[in-house]
Amino acid sequence: MLNKNIKKVLVIGSGPIVIGQAAEFDYAGTQACRVLREDGIEIVLVNSNPATIMTDKNIADKIYIEPLSLTTVKRIIAKERPDSILSGLGGQTGLTLCMQLAKSGFLDEMKVRLLGSSPETIDKAEDRQIFKETMQKIGQPCIPSVVANDVETAVEFMKEIGTAVIVRPAFTLGGSGGGIAYDEAQLREIAENGIVLSPIKQILVEKSIAGWKEIEFEVMRDKSGNSIIVCSMENFDPVGVHTGDSIVIAPTVTLADKEYQMLRTASLNIVESLGVEGGCNVQLALNPHSFEYAVIEVNPRVSRSSALASKATGYPIAKVATKIALGYTLDEIVNAVTQTTYASFEPALDYVAVKLPKWPFDKFVYAHKNLGTQMKATGEVMAIADTFEEALLKAVRGAELGMNTLDLPRLADKSDEQIRQLLDSITDHRLFVLYEAIKRGFTIDQLYEITKVDKWFLNGLLNIRNNSQSSNFNGLLYKMVDTCGGEFEAKTPYFYSICNGTENEALPFIENSTKERIVVLGSGPIRIGQGIEFDYACVHCVWALRNMGYDVVVINNNPETVSTDFDTADRLYFEPLCLDDVMSIIDIEKPIGVIASFGGGTAIKLAKPLSEKGIEILGTSAESIDICEDRERFDALLEELELKRPKGFTVMNVVQALQSAETLGYPVLMRPSYVLGGQNMIIAFNSDDIREYMEIILRTNPDNPILIDKYLSGLEIEVDAICDKDGAVLIPGIMEHIERTGVHSGDSIAVYPTVNVDEATIRKLYDITEKLCKSLKVRGLVNIQYVLYESEIYIIEVNPRASRTVPYISKVTGIPMCELATKTAMGLSLSELGRAGGISETPAYTAVKVPVFSFEKLVGLDNHLGPEMKSTGEVLGVGRNLREALYKGLIAAGYKITQIAESGARGVLITIRDSDKPEIAEIAEKLNKCGFTLYATSGTAKLLLSKGFDVHIVEKISDNPRENTATLLGSGKIGYVISTSEKGRDPALDEVKIRRKACTLGIPCLTSLDTANALIDSILSGYNEENTELIDVNRIQDSVGERL
Amino acid sequence: MKAYLVLENGTVFEGEYFGAVGEVVGEIVFTTGMTGYLETLTDPSYYGQIILQTFPLIGNYGVISADLESSGIHAKAYIVKHPCQTPSNFRNEGSLDAFLRERGIIGLCGIDTRALTKIIRKNGVMNGRITAKLPLVSDLDSIKSYRVCEPVAKVAGGGEVKVQGDCKRRVALIDFGAKRAIASALSARGCEVRTFPYNASVETILEYKPHGIMLSNGPGDPADPANAESIENIRVLQSAGIPIFGICLGHQLLALANGYSTQKLKFGHRGANQPVKEISTGRVYITSQNHGYEVIANRTKEQSFVNVNDGTCEGLDYGKCFSVQFHPEACGGPLDTEFLFDRFVDRIDESMKIGG
Repeated sequence: MLNKNIKKVLVIGSGPIVIGQAAEFDYAGTQACRVLREDGIEIVLVNSNPATIMTDKNIADKIYIEPLSLTTVKRIIAKERPDSILSGLGGQTGLTLCMQLAKSGFLDEMKVRLLGSSPETIDKAEDRQIFKETMQKIGQPCIPSVVANDVETAVEFMKEIGTAVIVRPAFTLGGSGGGIAYDEAQLREIAENGIVLSPIKQILVEKSIAGWKEIEFEVMRDKSGNSIIVCSMENFDPVGVHTGDSIVIAPTVTLADKEYQMLRTASLNIVESLGVEGGCNVQLALNPHSFEYAVIEVNPRVSRSSALASKATGYPIAKVATKIALGYTLDEIVNAVTQTTYASFEPALDYVAVKLPKWPFDKFVYAHKNLGTQMKATGEVMAIADTFEEALLKAVRGAELGMNTLDLPRLADKSDEQIRQLLDSITDHRLFVLYEAIKRGFTIDQLYEITKVDKWFLNGLLNIRNNSQSSNFNGLLYKMVDTCGGEFEAKTPYFYSICNGTENEALPFIENSTKERIVVLGSGPIRIGQGIEFDYACVHCVWALRNMGYDVVVINNNPETVSTDFDTADRLYFEPLCLDDVMSIIDIEKPIGVIASFGGGTAIKLAKPLSEKGIEILGTSAESIDICEDRERFDALLEELELKRPKGFTVMNVVQALQSAETLGYPVLMRPSYVLGGQNMIIAFNSDDIREYMEIILRTNPDNPILIDKYLSGLEIEVDAICDKDGAVLIPGIMEHIERTGVHSGDSIAVYPTVNVDEATIRKLYDITEKLCKSLKVRGLVNIQYVLYESEIYIIEVNPRASRTVPYISKVTGIPMCELATKTAMGLSLSELGRAGGISETPAYTAVKVPVFSFEKLVGLDNHLGPEMKSTGEVLGVGRNLREALYKGLIAAGYKITQIAESGARGVLITIRDSDKPEIAEIAEKLNKCGFTLYATSGTAKLLLSKGFDVHIVEKISDNPRENTATLLGSGKIGYVISTSEKGRDPALDEVKIRRKACTLGIPCLTSLDTANALIDSILSGYNEENTELIDVNRIQDSVGERL
Repeated sequence: MKAYLVLENGTVFEGEYFGAVGEVVGEIVFTTGMTGYLETLTDPSYYGQIILQTFPLIGNYGVISADLESSGIHAKAYIVKHPCQTPSNFRNEGSLDAFLRERGIIGLCGIDTRALTKIIRKNGVMNGRITAKLPLVSDLDSIKSYRVCEPVAKVAGGGEVKVQGDCKRRVALIDFGAKRAIASALSARGCEVRTFPYNASVETILEYKPHGIMLSNGPGDPADPANAESIENIRVLQSAGIPIFGICLGHQLLALANGYSTQKLKFGHRGANQPVKEISTGRVYITSQNHGYEVIANRTKEQSFVNVNDGTCEGLDYGKCFSVQFHPEACGGPLDTEFLFDRFVDRIDESMKIGG
């Protein structure tokens, strides 16, 4: 039963999207808040990530978009005085914070109870040593291992067991800093790195059991000790590849009942011994040749795997975990899908679900693509079908790799021997290499010997080769996910397609719907450039449409999202967002139209082909979308409207590219046409750059035209606007970027409202926006990027769709942008919606969006920012003025401003490109004022000396192997690195090495002087975590019009 | 080869044969277990029935003789959506297809198994015929008239006496179609297990001087007149003061011996995910189940377990004797309620202490 003493609960979110912690926690947190609401509990929410549904007005009572730091959360608790705190729903970030709060005695002091698992339980599960002891006590086998706080202990252990070892740093996300070491030298490097990255400076060194089967169980346990398995999962990739980077199938397929029950019982016993109350993920390794197994690890909280398990089974893990935390037992919780049975059962699947990770390597050509114990995927897709083969094909199609089959074109010209060699390295292409090998006649036994991928999976690939090779879309039928294999009637199911059957289970639901139907296209897997914000937009669109009385259908394949929660839309199709798949659903749903403008590039690119098939695109027409994306048509439009854009050309080859660059004058901006998130976009400073980039771009997109534009270094301005059928335009907010053009807008710090744009320019921006909206006949949202260069406004791009800034502007201005956009897309006018056109009044607060990166996980990737987007997520800082907002944003993004100021790391290493040199003196001046010691490489140092600064000269890595920039970074004297270079990317370059080293050591590396300036201003601002204002964003709107 | 499944209501599914080819009529029941197909196929309780697997991928780990629950397949036929042709497991000895063929069991694959499951869920268990010929309307009557007759006699051990273990506790296992796992669970707990045929006389059983009596699972309607003698025997054994533990059919027969009645469920409980709640503790356990009948538990005092989903009786406790509707011996399915065998052993020990 509900614990009646719980009246006010603090929910901690997981913060920005990083590799290892993605949208799944917004899904989990949102479900948790809904459960709390149902029980009439007041909710205080804290999360630094504004692009989330959980930070929406209608989800919680008090919402703090504040840094997820111990100090800030303590202050929120002291201010709000909740009686309880929920620990298991905010990922590792939320869990760690709760642990720190509990252990410091703060929760006791504030009389706050920790709901869900106790600190003792969490310690037992998370602390490697205590976990091992607990397992030994209950007779569960662990992998031989040693906990080490220094490299020597690790090396000693390796000598003792005499095999390869795996290093896992304690308390890091997605296995950051871990890896497999085959020899002592490798071990020394990985261990050293791992110790540095672990917040408690500890690593686990364990015997490598690479090649064993990796099996996972999602367990749910209540306070009475009732426990059930929600879902079993088997990794396609054997032990050795992080489960987040593995292809996963649910349920397990190669385990006989004896093995399955052995591992199932082990999982339940483990969870029992830990005393988990709520959801828990158990990872096990099983020797493929015996009953020998070992416990890998447990996560005593809702996790990425639990989001997958929820969507694969229909069992809402986060919801049930929250109910348990509130005091309910499993047999008191109703199964939401059947509504007649209870949560105390184990879902029975009558299909399989396959998860395929989405990696960022298509964008990051120099990043190491090898997969190991450190997760590298940014997101994932899930596909459901009645065979592994069909589910896998769906997953590949839905991952938006540009592939409809398992044929990877670039493998075609490899020799058999090269294919044989490729099989040895585990990369994002392993699946396709295996398929290619099967096509070449490698035998299943041979492939098993090399890869240890179970023959069941390999035979699946062979079946694909021998049968269809691709999916057949004729007469697809839809079956439902109902948690119970058809044993009970389902009230709120969701659907997936199969190609052979007789009954279409979606039809009765469609026939029963008396309302007009609309299909909303989702945004697919989370990737760089297309993150959680588009799911946020889709969910709001769905809500608005349902609110208007439509019957809403969502198509999406991302298991981590709120949009794929079964009760978000009227009907959910868990299907790839590909033309044939979407058309097949449209054929049976017969909607009045499709909305493609909320699901990012994934959805928008379907607008044109759907429209060509006669499907109504609601909102801005496919024609207008095409004008925005087609360079020539867009140029013609701008000419007609007499608007400016940076001069540019379209080229097909290197010769043309070089000619164009000469004509425009360097530097120039280069990118392939039709890109998302600045994929392969670069600034070329000279002809060598052009040659290098053309080679890279043409390798991935050989037939795609390449755009070359004059690069204008000015102030970048971003506008989100809503336009109705009468051409009325509402601009809720105009933002400016801290970084000058050249840094991708997604990687820039964005400030709202603007501070460096005068009234006249703002008027002009409005007029241009209105002109563009009218001539493009925008219906709904549009995002326009401008550059202000020598007092002239240039248009960089127009995206007639929801953008990544929509959630944060909606929150800060209180204008429900997605709702208004949806309604205007459906033909309502802004005035009918009670809104006037024009630019909205600005609130009394400033909001700063700060990007967050996952560089430490992407080895080999240059962390220099440029026109190609690299951030995985973002945070928001809200303050009474820019300095306060910026301070909070930087803290939330992980910059340790106060700590660095107070530590011994009072040095700043500066190494910058020539074009930046005129501006460095100003920065050096401010650094001096902050009391920093300056270090610089020779060129930069010479300049600073000439300006009269006291500076230490540091030699380059290539010039002095014993004392150089790298050893300086390792010395602990450096708090910040300011590094800008014209040439980047290539990991062999000295500058790139310095930046990577800084990243590995966790030293903030600023690669734009603008960012550096902002950071130093923030240090000088006098703000600290104790004196900022804690702002409930639900109440920000009240301040509109009373700007201080 | 093309095959049809004709239901008694005239619905026809078109699929393919696997396993043996031929014609067969049986009562179609579905099971939702995702693993454990070998245990299911060889569970004697399925006598006379056509087993329908709701999970589409069956045969993945092949055939493993150590996992069989009896010497043969007692089901009439097997319906699987996609039988696996290339199984993979370190213990695999061959494919499901070959296994069925060798034993002359007809398999049907490639039909919309979910659609069939839903028909059974809505209409209740029904008979069906697997055939290579498209049916005539007149066939339906013959399909409808099919009945499972005296199933226990067909599957129960033919009087063969097996002894397992060598310990101080003697357990007489009365075999109504027992799964092997029951005897194994007892011998693993220090019991000597002697198996008696379902129709062994009370005298024969008592001659063995058992400390406990295990009533096994088995097929069919517990109230089948053919079971009358067994029920009477159980009554006598119970009044002799010997601890009794009944599983599934054994549970139902013990209930009938204690004055309860039974009735047919619409489509039964078959699978490895049925939640049952122990009334005395409030604890919920996930159990393996395979039954089409339930005991009407109109005396709440003795009811020990209840099904969380539909409230049906899952266990009765009479003091010395007790029984459960589900399968604590698992195989296939979860091992969560294995402790009931310990409970049985405790009751035996208690009884031995009192009896001296």
